[in-house]
Amino acid sequence: MNELGFPILSLMLAIPTIAAIVCLFLSANSARWMALIATLANLALGIVLWLNYDIGGAQWQFTENAPIFGRFSWALGIDGIALMLIMLSVFLMPICIGASWEAIQKRVGEYMAAFLFMETLMIGVFAAQDIFLFYIFFEAGLIPMYLIIGIWGGADRIYASYKFFLYTLLGSVLMLIAMLWMTNQAGTTDIPTLMNYDFAPEAQTWLWLAFFASFAVKMPMWPVHTWLPDAHVQAPTAGSVILAGVLLKLGGYGFIRFSLPMFPEASAQFVWLIFGLSMVAVVYTSLVALVQHDMKKLIAYSSVAHMAIVTVGLFAFNKQGLEGAMIVMLSHGLVSGALFLCVGVIYDRLHTREIDRYGGLSINMPKYALLFLLFTMASIGLPGTSGFVGEFLSLLGIYKVSSWVALVCTTGIILGAGYMLYLYRRVAYGDLVHEDVKAMSDLSGREMALLAPIAAVVLWMGVYPESFLAPMRQDITTLEARIARAQPQGDAQITMGVPKKEEKGEHGSHEASEGGH
Amino acid sequence: MGVAIKLIVFLPLLAAIIAGLGNRALGNIPAKVITTGALFISCALSWPIFLSFLGGDAQATVVPVLDWVRSGDLNFNWALRVDTLTAVMLVVVTTVSALVHLYSWGYMDEDPDQPRFFAYLSLFTFAMLMLVTADNLVQMFFGWEGVGLASYLLIGFWFKKPSANAAAIKAFVVNRVGDLGFMLGIFGTFLVFGTVSIPEILEAAPSMAGSTIGFLGMRLDTMTILCLLLFIGAMGKSAQLGLHTWLPDAMEGPTPVSALIHAATMVTAGVFMVCRLSPMFETSETALAVVTFVGAATALFAATVGLVQTDIKRVIAYSTCSQLGYMFFAAGVGAYGAAMFHLFTHAFFKALLFLGAGSVIHAMHHEQDMRYYGGLKKEIPLTFWAMLAGTLAITGVGIIHIGAIPALGFAGFFSKDAIIEAAYASGTEMGGIAFFVGVTAALLTSFYSWRLMFLTFWGKPRWIESEHIQHSVHKTPETAEDSTGGYHPHESPLTMLIPLGVLAMGAIFAGFVFHHAFIDAEQGAAFWNGSIAFDAHLMHAIHEVPYWVKLSSTVAMLIGLGTAFYMYMRGEGRPQALAEQFRGLYQFFLNKWYFDELYDLIFVKPAFWFGRLFWKRGDQQTIDRFGPDGAATLVSYGSRVAGKLQTGYLYSYALVMLLGLVAAITWVMVR
Repeated sequence: MNELGFPILSLMLAIPTIAAIVCLFLSANSARWMALIATLANLALGIVLWLNYDIGGAQWQFTENAPIFGRFSWALGIDGIALMLIMLSVFLMPICIGASWEAIQKRVGEYMAAFLFMETLMIGVFAAQDIFLFYIFFEAGLIPMYLIIGIWGGADRIYASYKFFLYTLLGSVLMLIAMLWMTNQAGTTDIPTLMNYDFAPEAQTWLWLAFFASFAVKMPMWPVHTWLPDAHVQAPTAGSVILAGVLLKLGGYGFIRFSLPMFPEASAQFVWLIFGLSMVAVVYTSLVALVQHDMKKLIAYSSVAHMAIVTVGLFAFNKQGLEGAMIVMLSHGLVSGALFLCVGVIYDRLHTREIDRYGGLSINMPKYALLFLLFTMASIGLPGTSGFVGEFLSLLGIYKVSSWVALVCTTGIILGAGYMLYLYRRVAYGDLVHEDVKAMSDLSGREMALLAPIAAVVLWMGVYPESFLAPMRQDITTLEARIARAQPQGDAQITMGVPKKEEKGEHGSHEASEGGH
Repeated sequence: MGVAIKLIVFLPLLAAIIAGLGNRALGNIPAKVITTGALFISCALSWPIFLSFLGGDAQATVVPVLDWVRSGDLNFNWALRVDTLTAVMLVVVTTVSALVHLYSWGYMDEDPDQPRFFAYLSLFTFAMLMLVTADNLVQMFFGWEGVGLASYLLIGFWFKKPSANAAAIKAFVVNRVGDLGFMLGIFGTFLVFGTVSIPEILEAAPSMAGSTIGFLGMRLDTMTILCLLLFIGAMGKSAQLGLHTWLPDAMEGPTPVSALIHAATMVTAGVFMVCRLSPMFETSETALAVVTFVGAATALFAATVGLVQTDIKRVIAYSTCSQLGYMFFAAGVGAYGAAMFHLFTHAFFKALLFLGAGSVIHAMHHEQDMRYYGGLKKEIPLTFWAMLAGTLAITGVGIIHIGAIPALGFAGFFSKDAIIEAAYASGTEMGGIAFFVGVTAALLTSFYSWRLMFLTFWGKPRWIESEHIQHSVHKTPETAEDSTGGYHPHESPLTMLIPLGVLAMGAIFAGFVFHHAFIDAEQGAAFWNGSIAFDAHLMHAIHEVPYWVKLSSTVAMLIGLGTAFYMYMRGEGRPQALAEQFRGLYQFFLNKWYFDELYDLIFVKPAFWFGRLFWKRGDQQTIDRFGPDGAATLVSYGSRVAGKLQTGYLYSYALVMLLGLVAAITWVMVR
């Protein structure tokens, strides 16, 4: 058993599962309340989890292990990285329920059940310590999302859900084969053990590629990103929030939990691939975002660009890169989730996502304009918001490896400012020209209650990110030590010239040697 | 000092939050009282700090506030650094900001959105104060971006105007181009020095001189590339040539904003940064040469454009751009004290000129085109006198030190002459160019400044030509009895005149009172006390320059004045005739050297074009076509083929079975 004396992770999986089943049999309104209570209860448990997480203690905490059959077991446990992602999930989930409160009117019970089931799977992915348990949660997550898009989505929902399913399933088949081979080879399905198992470098190459196929789609990395804009556009608001907020983090989590620690040599071998695709993604998708007419598509494309910063950060092989990537993931989960909520707010009023149909919302919706501005700025990475901390650390991390990659990825801050401010201008600024837009009311209490907490956390993470960095620090350090042997060489290579002054700085020469390893 | 500096910095933030969130619920008067009150308190607390540094009895301190980021060996906190350099900026920022707050009471009196305006102003002040009190590069970047945000919000304050929105986005995005350099500079600095703490970097910088670093596949001098990357950031914020295009457009914002942000404070952040990091820049001659060159080029470029603009605010905007160029080349030749001194005096007289222009615009019913002014001297005399003080200061009117008589002059006289002389005295080739350019630009400065004065305050009224005035008096040039159209410009209210008066005092006396402390060789070294790389030798050398050098800027000023007088006060149509004669050059200047058109052609249009290309051709016609849609087509095609095979006729199944059997047997036999 664990520190708390009760299996908290299993409980966090059980609550939404049971609530989901109950929801299926409830009337619309009761289902809403049921879902809200269940997700809030899980949020409360999440806070208990965070408060009781021993920073600097054991790597894996709150562990549970119950053998099921063979090697397969109900093994749960979290480290700081998983903790933060679980917090993100449980934090966003009540907000998603709240966002669907009025927008969803058909099959409410089933809808809520799908979301609650989704929550179970998300927590399960991050808490699983058995590789097959992980796989089940990881892949099963597709199902509720597929249903949410396919049933409660927009006009083109079938195409979108099919595309979503096809893409994400494709990669996972390869991953499953790789997992089978790995467990056979290593003789264990225990993830912590596998994380320290040294596979032969030749085998690593193939295993890495198999995992990459799955994670790259989930991330999504260019060029397997095209499912994302369609899925976002068709998904209901809350679906987009959870898709951007949590599902997109699965890829990054996969890289940090599997690819890097299990296959360090292969990871180093393929950095060029990661860097290349990420550099293309930053520039390409940012430019595509610039020309979008559909708000959700614009934000979806911006997500691809932001996720590229995550991948370069992860494969920078140093602490700043890894921690930065984690913060970008958390920040993006909050910020893009909030931006989708912002789109949802006005979509609920006017039933269009066409950017040009809006304009001048600052006049009749000042509260909305303020919060939208805050999230826009956080997306751009303004210092003081969460976006900056993550971007800054990841880019700094990557600069240590390659100034080229850093330069290209940093252009994202220019392009990001371009498309986001262009969006903000067309939505919030200008005069009120359309009569129906003029009639739109400012944020309701419910909508305020959804957006304000996210705004608070975005600022918190921007001003005092230590709260979020501290639980992950030890795990990142362990990971960095694990992959240090494969670390690619940086391109800086400082060499001390003929010093003009006699004294050669102690500090400088030390740095020079460090730059050379 | 700890409590005082925290109050100075955080009171404006608090006021901004209250006024911003309270907005209309709070009401105009409370919002204005809270923000303006906070600023006056900040200002009142800043002056004692400055004076104690002036008196030499204060030490540099760092007041910690909160941890910020710890990641591996990277570690930086929120902290407020106070040293001489910061103290100078503190008084500049809080004084001008407090006065601008007060001025806005009158100027924005009829605006329906006043709480929002004052909240933005206070937010700006907070960000600017965070910038100048930064002890590490990242906090400086925080302030840097914070002022950028405030600038964006204030330029776009009248967000119903499309031109204001476009200008706001342009300002933000162009600044981000500079920030790209700044960020890479921070990354590089951390890579080289293992810290982002400014004092630690400055201490370690000399030891890295002469080392090389790999950057974008090249091997470059470490300190040169770091300084240049950081300088790109400075160029963006301070609107130097190449990244200057946002500043003139920023004039779309309300005039008090132009005075505070786009003249006195924010745009000087780049100069501040170079001075703050001056020991670092001192380690690279190449970087300094680039700084000098860019500064000189901007000083000249902006002055030429300023010659022909007709919008009163744009003339002053280009003038600001040009003066910032002076500050940069002062820093480039190593005269950081002179650069900061010019920053200091410029803050007063440029804010004065802008607020004066605002007062004129206020009087002229929002007309900004100087062609429709004229003869306003008698109508708005107090504004006139204030503007006159500003003009005398910017053109550098004064008498050099002869024998026992000390030098006497307006603020700009001391600071600008020091810069020009320092450029000469530096003895470098680039310094020589800067000297020549500085004198030329002084001539142009004098010309466009007096042109502004003559067109606005002297001559006959040309008001009725203005559409704004026509709207006001309901007459057109045809129906009006005279060129005034019966319009009566009215002097501004007291809330606007008091700031003008205070700033006028600054424009008149700031140079004379403070020049010893800022640029005197001995006193300067004591005053700056190591907060910038103060070069006492250079400051000595400027006294040794030949007389013709000392007189050159005054002569240039007089020529500019004389030409402007000849062109605009004596006889009609001379400017037009000259413009006709040099049509090409005139158009070139009038169109701002076609920078906007060029950038639109090579950056903006291609960005959209590539965006559409990637979206339509890339995502839809390539990735989707051969990816998921292709797979779908393949599957449905395959299933149709499979469906056709299932004919339901026994003979066709029998045939297939037979063929299969034959194939199988053949295969077995052949094997």
